Amino acid sequence: MQRIPILKLGETLLVTIQVDMDDQIANALEEDLAAEVVRAGARGVVIDISALEIVDSFIGRMLDTIAAVARLLDADTVVVGMRPAVAITLVELGVSLDGVGTALDVDRGMALIRRHTERSDADDGD
Amino acid sequence: MAQSLRQAVSKLLSNHEAEVLAEWQQSLKADGALKGGRVKEAELAAQCTGFLRQLRLGFEAGATDADSVEFAGMREMLADLSRARALQGFSPRETAIFVFSLKQPLFSAFDKHGSGDAAAKLQFNSPVGLLLDRMGLHTMDVFHKAREELIVRQEREIAELSTPVIKLWHGILALPLIGTLDSQRTQVVMENLLESIVAQEAEIAIIDITGVPTVDTLTAQHLLKTVSAARLMGADCIISGIRPQIAQTMVHLGVELTVISKATLADAFALALKRQGRAVTKVGKPEQSGAAS
Repeated sequence: MQRIPILKLGETLLVTIQVDMDDQIANALEEDLAAEVVRAGARGVVIDISALEIVDSFIGRMLDTIAAVARLLDADTVVVGMRPAVAITLVELGVSLDGVGTALDVDRGMALIRRHTERSDADDGD
Repeated sequence: MAQSLRQAVSKLLSNHEAEVLAEWQQSLKADGALKGGRVKEAELAAQCTGFLRQLRLGFEAGATDADSVEFAGMREMLADLSRARALQGFSPRETAIFVFSLKQPLFSAFDKHGSGDAAAKLQFNSPVGLLLDRMGLHTMDVFHKAREELIVRQEREIAELSTPVIKLWHGILALPLIGTLDSQRTQVVMENLLESIVAQEAEIAIIDITGVPTVDTLTAQHLLKTVSAARLMGADCIISGIRPQIAQTMVHLGVELTVISKATLADAFALALKRQGRAVTKVGKPEQSGAAS
């Protein structure tokens, strides 16, 4: 079965979705990511969906679930590079991705994670 | 029969054209064709004369059908007239009466100068009346088409005017909205804004609604959708330019805009700059020319 590769960059995991997502791939990604966050001790997950042209409510929910799982494992999730058409579709579907950070591109996404991490570290230090 | 009709029309119009014309124009004037000064008297006279000539030519060529080639000139003339009147703001009635009001003068002239027996009158009135009816309907057709073209053109112009996305600074976009927001327009606005966010790599978009006359629940919903979509792409939205009365109305209506909102575009811009770690500061005295930066 096709699996989506998960790259580790420092304390952040980078997932680039370049295939059409079906439910099976989505489920596999959810599992792999949860395992990888723990294994690598990651503080953040960046999901790049700039290549994704079609979404449905399942993908929207998947992103929500991944974020919720990652948060339990002490990692922030940022979705980057969403296309306008995809954004409109998700809004029309009522998916707001409340628990997920968003950024324009991978660069900004990484910066966002870094800021979050620093802030939470500072909070812990108090 | 066609032969006799041809002769009758030809004879009537060549011998008594002036009489018919005078009566026709009088009835048009009585109906208020010259009111408001949109059509000059000379212009109306020229139109009437032209129409009568086309009518005679058509019948002399032996045609009675309004769709025939012989009446192409007349149809064209009516189309021009109708289109011009549609753009001048004439009502449909005022436009159609031009053709229909010819019937009475024509029939009464035939009454006076024709052979006088009932069969001949019927033979004259029925095809001529039918033709004029058809021509009247043709006028209406063109009138409506002209109005529709006008509306389509205006719609296009409005659409062009309504969705400019302005770059205020690196990564800061402004979208000044003017006019009522309906679903279709919001769709265009939303797409435009999102495309611009990608193209300009903007992190902050300011939606200014100074020019939006009213904000109801639907409009608020549209705005929120746009804001949510922009957020999904990683850009923050600030809404600015909510006027005091509108703010009151919104509160009374129970409309909630759960987004950052600022009173003016300037405030929103200042906030946007602050988010980027920038600020506008005074660097010296204003220049003499008044062009302070």
